[in-house]
Amino acid sequence: MPRGQVIVNQELCKECSLCVVACPHGVLAIGKAINKKGYHPVEAVAPEKCTGCTMCAVMCPDVVLTIKRKSPERK
Amino acid sequence: MKTVFQKPEALTDMPMHYCPGCTHGIIHRLVGEAIDSLAIREQTIGVASVGCSVFAYDYFNCDMQQAAHGRAPAVATGIKRVLPESMVFTYQGDGDLASIGMAEIVHAAARGENITVVFVNNAIYGMTSGQMAPTSLLGQKTATSPRGRTVEEMGYPIKMCELLATLEGPAYLARVSTHDSRHVLQAGKAIKKAFEIQQQKKGFAMVEVLSTCSVNWGMTPVKALGWLEENMIPYYPLGVYRDVTAKEGN
Amino acid sequence: MAKILMKGNEALSEAAIRAGLKAFYGYPITPQNEVPAYMAEHLPLRGGVYLQAESEVSAINMVYGAAGAGVRVMTSSSSPGISLKQEGISYIAAAQLPCVIVNVVRNGPGLGGIQPAQGDYFQAVKGGGHGDYRLIVLAPGNVQEMADLTTLGFDLADKWRNPVMILSDGILGQMMEPVVFSEDGAVSEVDKPWATNGAAGRERNIVNSLDIIPDKAEKNMLRLLEKYDQIKAEEVRWQEHNTEDADVILVGYGTSARVARSAMELARKEGLKVGLFRPITLWPFPEQRLAELAKAGRSFLAVEMSAGQMIEDVRLAVNGVSPVHLSNRLGGMVPTPEDVLEKVREILEGRVS
Repeated sequence: MPRGQVIVNQELCKECSLCVVACPHGVLAIGKAINKKGYHPVEAVAPEKCTGCTMCAVMCPDVVLTIKRKSPERK
Repeated sequence: MKTVFQKPEALTDMPMHYCPGCTHGIIHRLVGEAIDSLAIREQTIGVASVGCSVFAYDYFNCDMQQAAHGRAPAVATGIKRVLPESMVFTYQGDGDLASIGMAEIVHAAARGENITVVFVNNAIYGMTSGQMAPTSLLGQKTATSPRGRTVEEMGYPIKMCELLATLEGPAYLARVSTHDSRHVLQAGKAIKKAFEIQQQKKGFAMVEVLSTCSVNWGMTPVKALGWLEENMIPYYPLGVYRDVTAKEGN
Repeated sequence: MAKILMKGNEALSEAAIRAGLKAFYGYPITPQNEVPAYMAEHLPLRGGVYLQAESEVSAINMVYGAAGAGVRVMTSSSSPGISLKQEGISYIAAAQLPCVIVNVVRNGPGLGGIQPAQGDYFQAVKGGGHGDYRLIVLAPGNVQEMADLTTLGFDLADKWRNPVMILSDGILGQMMEPVVFSEDGAVSEVDKPWATNGAAGRERNIVNSLDIIPDKAEKNMLRLLEKYDQIKAEEVRWQEHNTEDADVILVGYGTSARVARSAMELARKEGLKVGLFRPITLWPFPEQRLAELAKAGRSFLAVEMSAGQMIEDVRLAVNGVSPVHLSNRLGGMVPTPEDVLEKVREILEGRVS
């Protein structure tokens, strides 16, 4: 069971890859699906590696990502 | 599992129109997070400017006014003076604040106007498709400096934090960056601080946020982050240029 | 109710404060300087904000902000300063914000001079800034009206969510006359649910003039034009004297109307049938009444301190039914009643075309 979870709001994603680069664990990659705007939304390709550190969401310009994490919370 | 990151309440559900990877979206979120964390959404009035962030009134979930090009600090002054208990912020780009709106920002700062200014510096005019900005770097190629900005023709880029720091009026001046997550977190803290300064009625607070414009810089969003770090930060050093609360030992 | 001897600019300022003015944002320029001086002296002591802006451009945008926040706000300036405010006025009209803008007109164009003139008529009534919009333009003719039309201006601004301009001039601003203020102290409060004053317990409000979707922008414009039509139908104001039997009707506003009135009195003493028509609202212009007054055998004489600007609206109203002539002075010179009377004689004796 991973410590964290990334939830992608696919329709908001613009495929900019800032989150992919920001993730220290290689959880995310640009996917194959196409959203209504014609972008390939990011996907959690290695969800088991997610620690819930939120760095991907911090760098996302479109608030695409919601992050969940197992408590205890760390700051 | 517990939700540890989600869209702040102070942002609307409207998808933002910014280009892919544009750091405006990050800065919008940081402003929204600051408003949420201080629980001031219902007393906040934002002032959108002209440029890429002209539609900011669609994205901030609080009362908003849209100001003429460069005039946001005057509009904010007009609001704040009659509603001194409200929280008033402007959100301006470099053309708006450092070119056409130079008089308004300098005088709002000199008066110590009790407002919060979020100044997004991406060294180019985005909305009008990539013209030279007052903050474009020497050598930077833009639509209107196609051979690169030269001192002989166009003079020097303007350092707003340093310029305003020559005045007595400002209470808080800081320059931050969005080129990686660590710096984005720092930027968020500075923006929150700039609202706190207003809440404490300390006076004028401005955060200059170095930002990218990958489309008009002609590179991918990820490469743009690197360009910002390598080119903008050496000319626009990050840091706190004024903090009256530090003097007070808070 | 006691009469007080006051300068026009001071009477206007006092009336504004009594109308519940909450903020005045201005910038020095002659001949309107008594207005900001009066405001600086009195407004902060009576619950309002006085702020000297860094420019007329900033002042009008401060007005935009405060009007958007839902309070009664005004600015004043003189001709070159009003030119600088035009961008802001266009935005205020587009965002439908109520406010009062005072223009104590001096002679132009350019830096011109500081003497009284009426050369800003076109700028005031035909737009001035960019786009399809209208100001409600009020033209006081004496110091009492400097006060009364200011009070009315705030009420009309709130009623119609529209900027109102008081088009005065250097004489009306500087001259002293007795003025009476109503002592009931009542301020007509208007609910402003659209104001941006903090979205507590309601949906957020947006003050905006941007509309990039053409069909939506057109619909908004049509709504704006509908409002202007309503204002035209309901808010036209004028005064007329001796028009019924007049062979020549003098048409003038503000200081020119005072000169015209004296000319009319001189003419009547000579047995000449001369009347006076004084528009009080320059927009909406009292075109319908002028059209009614137009008939064969009757002439109109526009009296102006400009190259002849209002005369175009008189001609449009009269629509060729009667001839329309001009008696004017320029450059800050004020016409005399004798100048006007001489023109009347020329008209009556057929010495003008």
